[in-house]
Amino acid sequence: MTAPFGRRLCEVTENQVSGGYRIFSLLDREGQAPEPGQFYMLAAAQGWGEGGGRPFLPRAISVAEAAPAKSGVRLDFLIEGVGPGTDRLCEVEAGEGVWVTGPLGNSFSTPKQVSPDAAGAILVGGGIGIAPMAIWRRHLVEKGVPLRVLLGFRDEEHSGGLDELFCSGGSLCPDVRLASEDGHAGHQGYVTDLLAAMLAGDDAASAVVYACGPPAMLEAVRSLCAEAEVACELAMESPMACGFGACFGCAVPKPEGGYLRLCVDGPVLRGDAVAEVAHA
Amino acid sequence: MPDFCGIRLKHPVINASGTYDAIAARKVFGDALLEDFPFSAFVSKTITPEPRAGNEPRRIWETPAGMINSIGLPNKGLEGFLAEDLPQLAQLPVPLIVSVMATNREDFGRLVSAVEARDEVAAIELNVSCPNVHSGLIVGEQPAETGALMEALRPLTEKPLIVKLTPNVADPGSVAVAAEGGGADAVSLINTLKASAIDPLTREPALAAGHGGLSGPAVRPIALQQLRAVTAVAEIPAIGMGGIASAADAAEFLSAGAALVAVGTESFRDPRAGSRIANGLETAMYEAPLRL
Repeated sequence: MTAPFGRRLCEVTENQVSGGYRIFSLLDREGQAPEPGQFYMLAAAQGWGEGGGRPFLPRAISVAEAAPAKSGVRLDFLIEGVGPGTDRLCEVEAGEGVWVTGPLGNSFSTPKQVSPDAAGAILVGGGIGIAPMAIWRRHLVEKGVPLRVLLGFRDEEHSGGLDELFCSGGSLCPDVRLASEDGHAGHQGYVTDLLAAMLAGDDAASAVVYACGPPAMLEAVRSLCAEAEVACELAMESPMACGFGACFGCAVPKPEGGYLRLCVDGPVLRGDAVAEVAHA
Repeated sequence: MPDFCGIRLKHPVINASGTYDAIAARKVFGDALLEDFPFSAFVSKTITPEPRAGNEPRRIWETPAGMINSIGLPNKGLEGFLAEDLPQLAQLPVPLIVSVMATNREDFGRLVSAVEARDEVAAIELNVSCPNVHSGLIVGEQPAETGALMEALRPLTEKPLIVKLTPNVADPGSVAVAAEGGGADAVSLINTLKASAIDPLTREPALAAGHGGLSGPAVRPIALQQLRAVTAVAEIPAIGMGGIASAADAAEFLSAGAALVAVGTESFRDPRAGSRIANGLETAMYEAPLRL
């Protein structure tokens, strides 16, 4: 499936506070439903580049959840304000317009697509990187794939989205395990501690690991999986001006030399397709 | 219907080299790209004699009303381009302009001769101004060097030769006149302005290459003046570019003497910016007052 050609104006239908993050929803009347792992280029229709001249470029944001809506698709994005663009996206109010291009990029492969012997999935999300794991988790559950979800946070402030995306009926989904650096929830430490313990067990041999999070976490996941000889897919992030292969800004080094363009070759890359995940 | 160096174009809006990968865009957006192709001619990314991987990241940095890039001309090299990319670019519904760059006259000649032999190519743009590559900077900064390069290349092709001018000079008009004297059919300007940024977290240069080229609306008034300086002294047509984001912006460049305009950075924000600008030009040129 290709994305509709060009950007389109979508209406913000909701914007809610979730911890230190925001979750905002758009009504997309034109695009198809996204595949898990795909992203959109987003820019507020108003207050983008005016005055001080920033934000100027649209921002690449992974979709956290999507659902059929009356006359379109509802798209949910988990946003953390870390600069002028994401700050502005945090502020968008219901009724405002957002320029949208997408869905863009590739998507996660099912365990069977990665390896015919693979039976289950281990999802690892860190911080704002839990977003694409939510839509991927739902798809895997619907496909009946056995899974474990490991989510890690710095502190409660940075656990936004957890309640909305990984809870049902007021309690955490049973397949989800938590880690927090400050110990406010679950294991005190890194989410990769949970992954390392799981990879040491017998079941891990037949699993595929999927991860999204900060570069240090992705690098830890990549090397843990390489050591355990377990396949992994990493949903990565990179500075990106366009999202459709035009700007060549989102270069990711390949192990054999040269670069991938994360927007068209990713954002989901096999662990063995990337050199060490650079600390952005 | 503009006639540019004998090439009939549907409208005066083309793309700036290196700002639109039509092959990647067709994979992302499908054949809708071809049905409403945003440009009246397509300029390829710059092709070099040998393949180039491009610069180490970080490659781009947002700035007020613009961005700095140091991409480093990644491309498949001449052979890879001719074998893999050219047949796909030939399927575009518009004339094709191929941009080439080399570090010496012999290699430049090899590129021009190879492209001359391909009927799919309507014109050749010579990148003598890319500020990201040390060697590209030298020729385009010096009128004598530019004139000498043109004299070496002119006999090798009957296709129109367009010289892309660098803005990082005191007098772009003298370089344009030298290009014209050496047999250039047209000039295009501006390339990006040499620029840098400091990452506030590390206090180090934000781009891995240390510096890059500035583009976007921030450079538009500079581009417009450089265009005026060139059209005042050169008679060959000029393709004007630099921060064009709307039909009104394009109208400024056309009013300042550009034969065509090119859109670059704005396509990153809006993949169909070329069509939007071309569609709005009639009104912007003749009905609405210029926003000067």
